[in-house]
Amino acid sequence: MHRGLKVAALLGAVLLAGAGTARAETISGAGATFPYPIYAKWADAYKDKSGVALNYQSIGSGGGIKQIQAKTVDFGASDMPLKPEDLDKMGLMQFPMVMGGVVPVVNIAGVKPGAMKLTPTVLADIYLGKITKWNDPAIAQLNPDLKLPGSNINVVHRSDGSGTTFIFTHYLSQVSPEWQSKVGENTSVEWPLGVGGKGNEGVAAYSKQLDGSIGYVEYAYALQNKLAFALFQNSAGKFVAPSSETFQAAAANADWEHAPGLYLLLTNQPGDKSWPITGATFILMYKTQDKPDTARAVLKFFNWAYANGSDMAAQLDYVPMPKNVVDLVRGLWEKNIKGVDGKPVFDASMAMDGNK
Amino acid sequence: MTAMDASNVVLSRQLRAQQIADGAFRGITFLCAGLVLATLGAILVALTWGSLPALRAFHFSFFTRDVWNPVTEQFGAVAAIYGTLVTSTIAILVGVPISFGIAIFLTELAPSWLRRPIGTAIELLAAIPSIIFGMWGLFVFAPFFARHYQPWMTNHLGELPLVGALFQGPPLGIGMLTAGIILAVMIIPFISAIMRDVFLTVPAVMRESAYSIGATTWEVMWNVVLPYTRTSVIGAIMLGLGRALGETMAVTFVIGNAHHVSASLFMPGATISSTIANEFTEAVGDIYYSSLIALGLALFIVTITVLALAKLMLRRLDFRLR
Repeated sequence: MHRGLKVAALLGAVLLAGAGTARAETISGAGATFPYPIYAKWADAYKDKSGVALNYQSIGSGGGIKQIQAKTVDFGASDMPLKPEDLDKMGLMQFPMVMGGVVPVVNIAGVKPGAMKLTPTVLADIYLGKITKWNDPAIAQLNPDLKLPGSNINVVHRSDGSGTTFIFTHYLSQVSPEWQSKVGENTSVEWPLGVGGKGNEGVAAYSKQLDGSIGYVEYAYALQNKLAFALFQNSAGKFVAPSSETFQAAAANADWEHAPGLYLLLTNQPGDKSWPITGATFILMYKTQDKPDTARAVLKFFNWAYANGSDMAAQLDYVPMPKNVVDLVRGLWEKNIKGVDGKPVFDASMAMDGNK
Repeated sequence: MTAMDASNVVLSRQLRAQQIADGAFRGITFLCAGLVLATLGAILVALTWGSLPALRAFHFSFFTRDVWNPVTEQFGAVAAIYGTLVTSTIAILVGVPISFGIAIFLTELAPSWLRRPIGTAIELLAAIPSIIFGMWGLFVFAPFFARHYQPWMTNHLGELPLVGALFQGPPLGIGMLTAGIILAVMIIPFISAIMRDVFLTVPAVMRESAYSIGATTWEVMWNVVLPYTRTSVIGAIMLGLGRALGETMAVTFVIGNAHHVSASLFMPGATISSTIANEFTEAVGDIYYSSLIALGLALFIVTITVLALAKLMLRRLDFRLR
């Protein structure tokens, strides 16, 4: 009898301990597919450190916006920033988390990565169908050293709605009035011509297979697939190669402080070194939090990622946010994200925590 | 007398129990069958409900306009419906004769030691996930097709009257023709497996009497076996067609995903299901979202129309033969 009691007590203790670990905190998010690899990597490292797990569903930016509106997740993620008026309507705030660059790639026999030069006008005219041959004078003039074939240009674009397409079309809209009026900018658009591949991998596959093709992919995919990226003319008139330096240069010159709702796109930024087709991916959170504890856990995670995640981001060819932007975002968290009682969820002392 | 009464009571009790069991069985099977109707009805209601915003914005012109512009939020289903019908037609034109050949060979001509391996191979082919067909199509078939067959087709078929326009255009490897051929490969296992099974149901007496009066294998197939199994064969084709109309992943890989109606089969196109698969995740905005659901409704209508036409054809055929 006595022994039975002991066993029961032991069993109870074990069960309690088990319940304790099983209740480990989990924060949840859903949205953009582009930042998924880096969010997953950060989450893994953060779980080892803090025990807080992240459940992130990479269902696409549109899905992320719907999920956060339905309040089924703690944060949403979108490659396309929401306009300030939409944020106000939904009671959300947004902040940029990590950046990436979109790179035009060509597939012409004998043309190596970084060998071809392109200008904004030429790129827009190719995608508008106004330049259809590789030996067009406009291209030949830029590349006197290259032997250009007289074959058709096979235009490749994304078939699925994506943040990559948004950044690319947003850029074209800025540099070409004709593009803006005829096609415009969105996560998917009505392309004047070309074939559509599903996902970065689809575009990469089509670009590799079609001789004389031009496409656009995330920088990481161009590297991994050894696609021939082009040197591209930025708004300062300089030809730059895509790299984390040129992406960061674009971000450093951006004026986040005067962007209401942090609605800012990094395309066509000034600066000699700026890569013109750069973009950030965003996190969406409610300003008024029903569950301040969960919101605090989410912000602590992102705070930690800002402070400690740069190397991991660079390993995966993402570009971390510059320090001045991070400080700005931390200030906005403190000012904007509050519990139902009006108390801020995040404060400066926690910002320091993240640096450990 | 009393013993007889007792046994009567037992018998009637047994009968009663059997009647109840019978009734319950009937009820359960009815429920199972009813579930199909209820699901179909629920899908139709949900699709119609979901497409209301789009239909309210574009009215009937949604089904007649060739435009798909997420920026200006103008949507029309023509390009997607066209792509769906064209790829499925190619799939049927290519797939049915091959399936017929497979079924004839397996039931009439193949030596018996060969029948089982080929039959198993066909069934295995049916079990391959569609994304594998898509990847094979994109990475293996499309480049091969572009290099070796498309230029030949343009040179030899491109000048023909009427059908010439179908085979003109750049040899991209991806496009509606490739999608149709991949679909054909995917539906062949279904159609040929059913055809083989129904051909085997033809009584040996009928076949043997035809052979005994000197008919060739072809004559036996065409004049005896096919008329006897007509309904099931068309059913098999319809099943294949149903799969071709709705197939998503494989088509998305190889069709090129462009929202344009083009005469050339070499040009990229889009089908209803590929459009939904591509754009659903990032569809922001009520009209865009609703237009994609309306595309689903369009596929529903297309499928029902095609099946109804097939039934009608079958009835005509029956009537004429009688």
